[in-house]
Amino acid sequence: MIEILTTGLPNTVQDLGRPGHLSLGISHGGAMDSQALAIANLMLGNDRSAAGLEIALHPFRLKAHVDTALAITGADCPIRIDDRRCPPWWATAIRAGETLLVEAPRAGARSYVAFAGGLDLPSVMGSRATDAKAGFGGLAGRGLARGDRLRLNTAMCPLPPAGLGVALEERQITGNAIASAIELRVLPAAEFHSFTAQAHAAFTGSEWKITSEANRMGYRLSGETLSLASPRELLSHGIVPGTVQVPPSGQPIIQLADANTCGGYPKIATVIEADLWRLAQAPVGARLRFLPVSIEAATQALRTARQQLDAFVAARNISAGRLRPA
Amino acid sequence: MTIGPAPRISLAGSGALLLDGAQASFDDAVQELVWAVAEAARGLDGVRETVPGMNNLLVLFDPLVTDASRVGEQLQSLWAGTDPQTATGTLHRIPVHYGGSRGEDLAGWAAHCGLSLEETVDRHAAATYSVAAIGAMPGFPYLSGLDPRLTWPRRKNPRLKVAEGAVIIGGAQAGIMPMTAPSGWHIIGHTDVRLFDIEAQSPVLLRPGDKIQFEIAGVEQ
Repeated sequence: MIEILTTGLPNTVQDLGRPGHLSLGISHGGAMDSQALAIANLMLGNDRSAAGLEIALHPFRLKAHVDTALAITGADCPIRIDDRRCPPWWATAIRAGETLLVEAPRAGARSYVAFAGGLDLPSVMGSRATDAKAGFGGLAGRGLARGDRLRLNTAMCPLPPAGLGVALEERQITGNAIASAIELRVLPAAEFHSFTAQAHAAFTGSEWKITSEANRMGYRLSGETLSLASPRELLSHGIVPGTVQVPPSGQPIIQLADANTCGGYPKIATVIEADLWRLAQAPVGARLRFLPVSIEAATQALRTARQQLDAFVAARNISAGRLRPA
Repeated sequence: MTIGPAPRISLAGSGALLLDGAQASFDDAVQELVWAVAEAARGLDGVRETVPGMNNLLVLFDPLVTDASRVGEQLQSLWAGTDPQTATGTLHRIPVHYGGSRGEDLAGWAAHCGLSLEETVDRHAAATYSVAAIGAMPGFPYLSGLDPRLTWPRRKNPRLKVAEGAVIIGGAQAGIMPMTAPSGWHIIGHTDVRLFDIEAQSPVLLRPGDKIQFEIAGVEQ
């Protein structure tokens, strides 16, 4: 059992989401930075899709009521377990009575906390992810509140005494995200050619800022105004996370994990799946740049990301094997 | 049989294609083909999900198993070679309490249509609607089949909360709210039929291709 001491409603239980029900209007949801949650789980020997916590509002504190192990990944935050400092992207033991503190990020936006065995919550339509908009999944379909108690599944978790850390090359954040624009690779979407030449130039040639209207459903951006060559009325159609819509205001919206399953605004581009974690880790005020890529490059980026996770599973299995008594 | 010109197919990221069969306005025959192709495409190698929209279809696939150009060709041939299914869906009868405090736009709607309250309600309840697509929120049906005399453009300012069970009109479309949520559609009545119940064996009541008839359970000014 763990107990939530300090939190905010944007912090939720997440796993890798609820695919397969878009045609019933149910969003995929799941961790905004799915790689970070998957790796946190894998460090603990969990299935990569075990339920953990997504922390979007810091500081966050929880108290362990049992001896267990946890892993913290995602944003670069100061982390402490009682008086012990713990680097991010680290798995470590926590004893009953000890408190985990995750402070505001130095870089990035979302932290993930996974627990040995995963959170013991009912699966709803194939997932334990919180769908706060529809009010189901996770912990009673809502964000975390002070005093919430969550049970853990029982698990064997052979961690080395000093814990276990991971360093991913693409996560080495150089400088402050506010100071340098985050590059997002994009593919053109259905209405790309309906936009003006100026809109095309502005979309990839200028910087975009994430406004304060940014949450798990999507981010509204501010920047130059993107115009259609002629107004278009579209019928409602299915959309995927990463879709960059342009409403009549000309200011784009990037649809994300909890987005409505259907939309009606013209779509200029789609952020590639392999770069969605960069958006998850982009705080309000961060600047973005869109970089057009080929479909081959987008697919290769996805292949690399999946191979990295698979390699991680293999490495974890070898090290876990060594740690177990013969 | 072929319906109209070949559909437009565009990328929706590296793992999805949007097939758009829409012509000048929404067409029921095109929609039947959308349902049929959605069903057939679910069997394609590497396809993960198909999402019928209004005269369009989003197809999600694993780009490491198949690829966009292959799926695109498969969708074009399915579009040309699939028989539109004819009304295989379930018929649902939905009792509606028209007007009153939970149908506050009823009088305004009748006035907009230039019809009496009774005739407006009668026409709404006389039609058979098709669930063209489910989307936006869990279980929300986009209904086609609204009497052309009853169309009413959406509100300029969406309401921040429209209650679960609200029976609504938006442009040429009809709908029912599966949960309390923001909406720019007009509220003409309410029903106690639940469209989304996460505790139920099958949480979403309606499926694309289902038919709906509204029954008059009461009319209030």
